[in-house]
Amino acid sequence: MSSKILMKGNEAIAESAIRAGCQAYFGYPITPQTEVLEYMARRMPQLGRVFLQAESELAAINMLYGAACAGVRAMTSTSSPGFSLMQEGISYIACSMVPAVVVNVMRGGPGLGNIQPSQADYSQMTKGGGHGDYKVLTLAPSTIQELVDHVGLAFDLADEYRQVVFVIADGMLGQMMEPVELPEMRELRPPPAWALTGAKGRPKNIITSLYLNAPELERVNQELQAVYRRIEANEVRYDTYLLEDAEIAVVAYGTAARIARTAIRRAREAGIRVGLFRPITVYPFPYEALAEVAGRVQEMLVVEMSAGQMLEDVRMATCCRVPIRFFGKMGGVVPLPEDILVEIEALAQGKPALVAQEGA
Amino acid sequence: MVEAEKQERIVFSRPKALTDTTTHYCPGCIHGIVHRLIAEAIDELGIQDRTIGIAPVGCSVLAYHYFDVDFAEAAHGRAPAMATGLKRVQPDKIVFTYQGDGDLAAIGTNEIIHAVNRGENITTFFINNAIYGMTGGQMAPTTLPGQVTTSTPFGRDVRAAGYPLRVCELMATLAGAAYVVRRTAINPREIRRLKKAIITAFKVQMAGLGYSLVEVVSNCPTNWGMTPIESLEWIEKNMLPYYPLGDFKVAEGVENL
Ligand SMILES: Cc1ncc(C[n+]2csc(CCOP(=O)(O)OP(=O)(O)O)c2C)c(N)n1
Ligand code: SF4
Ligand SMILES: [Mg+2]
Repeated sequence: MSSKILMKGNEAIAESAIRAGCQAYFGYPITPQTEVLEYMARRMPQLGRVFLQAESELAAINMLYGAACAGVRAMTSTSSPGFSLMQEGISYIACSMVPAVVVNVMRGGPGLGNIQPSQADYSQMTKGGGHGDYKVLTLAPSTIQELVDHVGLAFDLADEYRQVVFVIADGMLGQMMEPVELPEMRELRPPPAWALTGAKGRPKNIITSLYLNAPELERVNQELQAVYRRIEANEVRYDTYLLEDAEIAVVAYGTAARIARTAIRRAREAGIRVGLFRPITVYPFPYEALAEVAGRVQEMLVVEMSAGQMLEDVRMATCCRVPIRFFGKMGGVVPLPEDILVEIEALAQGKPALVAQEGA
Repeated sequence: MVEAEKQERIVFSRPKALTDTTTHYCPGCIHGIVHRLIAEAIDELGIQDRTIGIAPVGCSVLAYHYFDVDFAEAAHGRAPAMATGLKRVQPDKIVFTYQGDGDLAAIGTNEIIHAVNRGENITTFFINNAIYGMTGGQMAPTTLPGQVTTSTPFGRDVRAAGYPLRVCELMATLAGAAYVVRRTAINPREIRRLKKAIITAFKVQMAGLGYSLVEVVSNCPTNWGMTPIESLEWIEKNMLPYYPLGDFKVAEGVENL
């Protein structure tokens, strides 16, 4: 039984990856994620594993692709502008079905934006992002403990589905400190049979994403879609808080959910029956579970640190069965519990629910 | 009779490291020659079971069908980054990239410069045919001044399109480069010299001396609008003066390999 230690989110990401058997890390400095890179720079060589600071995120993702082709557990981490650069490589990795882990510690955008926490890469992460028909299993932690757990889980899920897996975090999670319990150091696993390890005593292996023949590429796409259906059937995760008797459901993930919890606690103290629905996987999104919630609450409040990207998934899940109010902060502005409380109170007082965009 | 049987000896066959496949290369294209020489080198060095190749985006995108070694297909220009990942996690393997001039010297310039500069123990075979072959003959970074391509219909105007990039000269300035040479394959003598360079490049990697890069001044009879013979003459007359053959970097220790 290991005891808890105080850790910064970004360092917890790195240490968790190491303990999950990450054998190679490639990255490029970008705030608010850089401590992952710096931690890896110290720890990986000590363990005889690979750390390499790439010349760009384009190079980092392709180095990751190469290491993943060699069949080792490998990871990169970045923040929003760097994540955009990685889209090319992620599309190739998805098509060639090699496992890999990418952590995005999101910051304010678009453009160079700023270095404050944001959730504005939701669509890019959950709907494909790069070219072609692919999707990426995306885990959305809301505490540093969960960040630790999700990084380990991401490696396991990547192996299981032979796909790239994302952890969607933000500058708040990356930068703050919390007590965490770290998992035990795991054994490194041997490379799978498909890996490029040299054709010794076996026919050669090829890893490609090129299929010039259209029906053949269609078959590959069907294979990918079958993987996504399996992921959708088996990997949906979500959490609820005080939702059993709730008349109002707040829907939020990650840091926004964490702040919403505080607001919900206060609203409960004021006698408002409100609870939280928190997607833990944002792809696959918990459509069915949320649809069920929509059938028993009177209103919903969607809170995001974006202009309303997850909002589209909530709308799809609830099919207009319940009025939805939206509260979003953009550009790296983090909502305060008081802000969310005001929204909850407005709903409780029978103010009409509306999909309003808060001009932050 | 018995004597004759004894003397029977195979003097020419397909290298083991090449598969028994018809390539898609146009008649007279040098890509095929370079493939064969690389495969012969792999055979002669006995490294077939620990070599991993990386194909580019370009006419040689399907190289993985032709070599009988483990192979990956990279995104356009990213082969050196992918090779870095593959090699760093298994330093005992022999990793090579095979790249065209658009792939290496335009979209992938950043990746090749930094891979060479880090002194990765990787080998790159760089096929410079002064054109984008696969996409139908557009200007490459290596297209000669005045050369007509589909995207320089009036000839490459260096004032608008810049100057042809000399990759070996550039790479030779980088400390991580151990072996940087330019060869061609326009006649049997040059082909023999190219083969020797390919073997040396692999040996440099096996000895862990740093990056090795062999540029091959190559052709594209199809998009140049020439017969194969004409294209070889064109290389000699127009390309070699701009891209002189030679050794641009031979680091200490390479001579003794
Ligand atoms: C990102 C991206 N941009 C453009 C292309 C289109 N494309 C395919 S091959 C090629 C040029 C290849 O030229 P080169 O590297 O010189 O190889 P060659 O065909 O001449 O051997 C281009 C631009 C692509 N596949 N990917
Ligand atoms: S298009 Fe040019 S480079 Fe490509 S195979 Fe044909 S001759 Fe060779
Ligand atoms: Mg070319």
